[in-house]
Amino acid sequence: MSAVSRVPEGARREARAAWMFLAPALSLIGVFFALPVLAGLVLSFSDFDIYAIADPSTARAVGFANYQSVLSNPLFWKALGNTFYFVLVAGPLSVAVSLAAALLVHARATRLRGLFRTIYFVPVVTTLVAVAIVFRYLEHPKYGLVNYALGLVGVPPVDWLGDPRFAMPAIVLLAVWKNFGYNMLIFVAGLSNIPEEQYEAARLDGASWWEQFRNVTLPNLMPTFLFVILITMLGNFQIFAEPYVMTQGGPLRATTTVVLLMYEEGFRWWRMGLAAAIAFVLFVIMLGGTLIQLRLTKERPS
Amino acid sequence: MRAAGLAFIAALAFAAAGCAPAARDRGVTTIRFWGMGREGEVVAELARDFERGNPDVRVIVQQIPWSAAHEKFLTSHVGGSSPDVSQLGNTWIAEFTALRAIAPLDERVAASHDVDRADYFDGIWDTNVVDGVAWGVPWYVDTRVLFYRSDLLAAAGYDSVPGTWGGFREALAALKRTMPAGSDAIFLPANEWTQPAVFGQQAGSLLLSDRDTKGAYSAPEFRRGFDFYLSLFRDGYASPMGNQEMSNLYQEFARGSFAMYITGPWNLGEFRSRLPDSLQDSWATAPLPGPDGPESGTSTAGGSSLVMFRSSKHPEAAWRFIEYLSRPDVQSRFFDLTGSLPARRSAWADSALAADPRARAFRVQLERVRPMPKIPEAEQISIRLQERAEAAIRGAQTAEQALAQLDREVDQVLEKRRWLVTRQAPAGAGK
Repeated sequence: MSAVSRVPEGARREARAAWMFLAPALSLIGVFFALPVLAGLVLSFSDFDIYAIADPSTARAVGFANYQSVLSNPLFWKALGNTFYFVLVAGPLSVAVSLAAALLVHARATRLRGLFRTIYFVPVVTTLVAVAIVFRYLEHPKYGLVNYALGLVGVPPVDWLGDPRFAMPAIVLLAVWKNFGYNMLIFVAGLSNIPEEQYEAARLDGASWWEQFRNVTLPNLMPTFLFVILITMLGNFQIFAEPYVMTQGGPLRATTTVVLLMYEEGFRWWRMGLAAAIAFVLFVIMLGGTLIQLRLTKERPS
Repeated sequence: MRAAGLAFIAALAFAAAGCAPAARDRGVTTIRFWGMGREGEVVAELARDFERGNPDVRVIVQQIPWSAAHEKFLTSHVGGSSPDVSQLGNTWIAEFTALRAIAPLDERVAASHDVDRADYFDGIWDTNVVDGVAWGVPWYVDTRVLFYRSDLLAAAGYDSVPGTWGGFREALAALKRTMPAGSDAIFLPANEWTQPAVFGQQAGSLLLSDRDTKGAYSAPEFRRGFDFYLSLFRDGYASPMGNQEMSNLYQEFARGSFAMYITGPWNLGEFRSRLPDSLQDSWATAPLPGPDGPESGTSTAGGSSLVMFRSSKHPEAAWRFIEYLSRPDVQSRFFDLTGSLPARRSAWADSALAADPRARAFRVQLERVRPMPKIPEAEQISIRLQERAEAAIRGAQTAEQALAQLDREVDQVLEKRRWLVTRQAPAGAGK
């Protein structure tokens, strides 16, 4: 505070102006983010449900009962397992595919770069429901193109969406295809920031393509990498729409994710308190994941 | 291309005009109706007829897919944008009553000429009554009966399905003896709650006790029905397989992989169109057997009702539309258009149904239908029943363990309801 009082009048006026410029954004964040989150937190300690919608006085404070009930529900653990499955499989796969696509699109030998960039980005902006319908055809056990292709190499048909073992891989396939274009664009931006001189120097030293990639591209791309991994992980933890439109969480709950479970509790059974508790448990898990990742970043000398 | 574009724009303009008709005609009351699936399409046609007879009312029909309906009703209620009048699955009535979303109809029914309470099937009407008050008028009905291969049953020495559990079991045994190894006398999907619930109800169980605040699945009544159900698997009349393991039901039925199947009215049409011509004289329907003869052979009371929302500003016009849709002649026309079974006895007598021998099983069954518990938690409870029943069928739990766990889970689901009921009626006041 003493530092503030020492600053000249002009700077203080500037600070006030800054607050005024920030005010619209801050109040929007307050009303549409901070308040709902706070309300959600309060909700998670209540048994707000369908009866409470009719008569709010029937909502009771239940302490940690919702959290207890979430953590003792085998379905929650199953959903958490499915979510981790998705995060751990789709995440690295998506990052790898988008990096590969970015390298291809960015390569000097590639013609029509703009066209390819656009083509790879199209799935990101396509409506998921339309994509899901197409994928349901592609992954159809009898008439699907995927099984047809597998059949050509002698693999027997797979019931992608009906078999609990294959439903999640089918969703991973859809999610990776749908989302890799976004990460690809970020990678392309990262790639174009690498100074051409470094490649030139590496080539003069006789570095092969692979050596250039390892010693020039990767280190320069590291900040981009960490950013992409982080947002991909955060996005993947919240996987909802893909299983919702493809399988509704089935077969045998094999594709029920945490957010899908939360949606079911909240909007199918209308147990808002319980749903809010699931949301905060997921929040804590994601926060943990982010902190671990940031810690790993700091330890790595760049 | 250009013509198609113009047509599209014209269609948009037309749709926009349809959304705001009130501005055009003065003195016309506009009501909104929500219909689900195929019913929504058909009701748009019936609404035009209604408008001809009631020029002062305009009906806007909005079609809602079944898969999104429940959610949409809830969110529209919370958001204050419910329709005036709507179709509602009759198992949802308790929930929307608890939400205070729909209006009581007793007085209107009592004063109505078109809605004649006595003409409706009792068990079906009962699905609309919560706490002694009617909240909906049955529109069409759905129940489960036995579909069977009459040729296979004849080969086993029966010309009809016995009406008692004992007789039924003997018929299944005879089928098992005469059918080739590897086939099932009856297909009972192991992942459906309907069958165990129905057998329990047939044995006299109310499924819940203490004003629907506790599970009654370990009680002797339900246990008796559950044991009968499990014995059909144990004795080898049915295989423990779910719907997802039956790749093509109609093909397998035609092939004789199973001889009996408990299912609903939509399969009257499906069996007719999907079974080969050579089999069309070899399948029939029968009401469900019961523990103590046909009268005790109850089944589910499903279907849809017509309800009015409390938020409606035009309840009179909305009720007139309900009355119109309830008229026996409109009911039987609705059946012709959709194949949905009418809720009124007189509509059955007047329609093509009267002459259809396979529909007769449904007509008989509809006099013996029982609703599931009429509480908002009913569907959650059904899912738990299905999970426990499947565990018992597959041998993961004994009947006793499964039912004890079910009661525990159900008691947990009903905790809030128990609290509400004891709060509303302090000790002694309930008597």
